[in-house]
Amino acid sequence: MANMSLKKNEMPTQAPDVRRQNFNEVALGYTAEQAIDEAKRCLNCKNMPCVSGCPVKIHIPEFIQEVAKGNFEEAYQIIARASSLPAVCGRVCPQEKQCESKCVRGIKGESVGIGRLERFVADYHNASSTDKPEPVAKNGHKVAVIGSGPAGLTCASDLAKKGYEVTVFEALHLAGGVLVYGIPEFRLPKAIVQKEIDGLVALGVKIETNTVVGRSISIDELMSEEGFEAVFIGTGAGLPKFMGIKGENLLGVYSANEFLTRINLMKAYREDSTTPIQRARRVAVVGGGNVAMDSARCARRLGAEVHIIYRRGMEELPARKEEIEHAIEEGIIFDTLTNPIEILGYHNPDDKRDPQNGRVTGIKCIKMELGEPDASGRRKPIEVENSEFVIDLDCVIMALGTSPNPLIKDTTPSLEVGPRGGIVANEQGVTSKDGVFAGGDAVTGSATVILAMGAGKASANAIDEYIKNKK
Amino acid sequence: MYKILERQELNPTVTRLKIHAPRVAKKAEAGQFIILRTDADGERIPLTIADYDRENETIDIIFQVVGATTERLNHMRIGECLHDFVGPLGRATHTDGLKKVAVVGGGVGCAIAYPVAKKLHQLGAEVHAIVGFRSKDLVILEDDFRNSSSKFVLMTDDGSAGERGLVTDALRSLIESGEKYDEVITIGPLPMMKFVSLLTKEYGIRTIASMNPVMIDGTGMCGG
Ligand SMILES: Cc1cc2nc3c(=O)[nH]c(=O)nc-3n(C[C@H](O)[C@H](O)[C@H](O)COP(=O)(O)OP(=O)(O)OC[C@H]3O[C@@H](n4cnc5c(N)ncnc54)[C@H](O)[C@@H]3O)c2cc1C
Repeated sequence: MANMSLKKNEMPTQAPDVRRQNFNEVALGYTAEQAIDEAKRCLNCKNMPCVSGCPVKIHIPEFIQEVAKGNFEEAYQIIARASSLPAVCGRVCPQEKQCESKCVRGIKGESVGIGRLERFVADYHNASSTDKPEPVAKNGHKVAVIGSGPAGLTCASDLAKKGYEVTVFEALHLAGGVLVYGIPEFRLPKAIVQKEIDGLVALGVKIETNTVVGRSISIDELMSEEGFEAVFIGTGAGLPKFMGIKGENLLGVYSANEFLTRINLMKAYREDSTTPIQRARRVAVVGGGNVAMDSARCARRLGAEVHIIYRRGMEELPARKEEIEHAIEEGIIFDTLTNPIEILGYHNPDDKRDPQNGRVTGIKCIKMELGEPDASGRRKPIEVENSEFVIDLDCVIMALGTSPNPLIKDTTPSLEVGPRGGIVANEQGVTSKDGVFAGGDAVTGSATVILAMGAGKASANAIDEYIKNKK
Repeated sequence: MYKILERQELNPTVTRLKIHAPRVAKKAEAGQFIILRTDADGERIPLTIADYDRENETIDIIFQVVGATTERLNHMRIGECLHDFVGPLGRATHTDGLKKVAVVGGGVGCAIAYPVAKKLHQLGAEVHAIVGFRSKDLVILEDDFRNSSSKFVLMTDDGSAGERGLVTDALRSLIESGEKYDEVITIGPLPMMKFVSLLTKEYGIRTIASMNPVMIDGTGMCGG
């Protein structure tokens, strides 16, 4: 019998005033009973509207039916046919804009908690499975994967399963891309990412960290000198944008990337960290996406009062809904319809050696209101005259979006790049350069984990075709 | 991985290490840097590539003990390995078309100035190396600079080695005596670079100063 409750089974979480002081995961996951109960809310619609909202077309009703019957491992195998990172995507996908937005149950009440069920199933599998990957016969063809984010990891894994000898080149000292340096522990425990990486290594994939392609070696050299027959570029979009306002060079102004990398990759949040970060008293995070929420919630956990400054309204915040709700619960202050116009700093004219010189002291903002819809269909924010005000603070984090790093483009002749710096590639990842494929944020600009994963999969298939046809 | 092959104390606080790093050694150019970590939980610190040997696949780094990581580095011995070593990063120093250059280094900044002088010297440019230190026991890389320049001037604040005075004194007298430089490259403490730049501005000589920004990844993630 279907469960006709209008609401999702609630996700157990750490209480806001507790989690505000630690970096442990916020959402604790369903129990088996909660999962089965939630799965029973699914009506198993014949036309499967939810699947049309899933970028990688997971057979959602099918896996949910297995959950309802308590067949969790079977459910996992159904998801695994389409997705290689369910434990990650169950946690970070913007489900409310994807599968769950199409759920029939959402018309009257809340949609089925598809993301929560996916997470439950993946966690169940990870906790209970001990299976080692089947050894695959090597086919003797070498492929290089550049970047170890979700796009690169997925591409590498799919190719290794097809028998290719895959080497992943990663610029940082640890593999995982945004999953390790950007998204914080309290949202995506690093042990989950590590498990994926260990799985890759068990498949025989070589991971060369500390290798910046374009500096340590070029794509042409990988192909001509090291014998790689094809290359997949999954280098993400790591280059931060700034506003170009006065004061962005002051001490205490970070790009969100730098701030999050220091906290996540370098573990600055740990008490015993050998690489700590300066603890701020009051912080402004400029921006309204996931990156802004993550920065704000990290700063909050390090003890600061945190303001999110966003030029549109609460309704327009592009971040995942759950993150916004969690941020509010954790006491983050939302200064929406507000735009910074200048960052203010300290300057002691009498003492050039004053250590406070050049440090940020405040941010000058102006109030905004929403006008006519612009080209993107969103209402354009316009300044409200004479509404300037100042927030006193000691740290500003710029989370305004990122673009692909030009390093690969600058060092790879004949690789075509679009006006925003993204590598030009089709759905299969085929670029303008023979044997070179690309996908994920490096192509689209900052997007999502699932899209990057999907692009990695598509390219793995295309690379397989390419190498087979070359023979 | 990244084994320490040689270790030499250049002065009481400055040490030179030769590291086995094939990929970096293959590509390194003067003016570039590496980022290293000594241990699995260590900080990422950038250091300039002081020298490279493509054949033996090695990179030389020179560092002054100033913080936790350099302290730890200074305690590492031949045969031990660095946990991480990535590069070469940053842009190579522009050397195209330079025929006569004054390279002005101060203190540990000389470790950064030296590979630039060496490169220019190898390319056949006339290099005048002017290096300054507080006193005799802090002097580093004297022979290396001598071998990479056609004129070498050593200055110390107290006159305990070379001539007494500042690098700017030496630079001014060379310019006044009629030396015509295409470019002056200066690397050292900020005040020194500032005064070198003010001086060369008087004479209208193109000048390059070397800055070390705060960074973490070395590819521009922080907005560098
Ligand atoms: C803070 C933050 C929060 C986010 N939250 C979410 C979320 O909740 N849900 C969601 O779906 N998406 C989220 N995203 C977006 C998502 O993480 C990205 O879309 C996704 O990671 C892109 O994957 P990718 O594999 O293309 O690139 P990345 O994950 O960026 O990985 C690229 C990798 O390539 C490496 N690299 C770059 N250049 C080179 C080079 N020259 N040589 C070698 N290696 C190189 C980088 O070091 C990096 O490890 C978030 C992003 C950030 C920054």
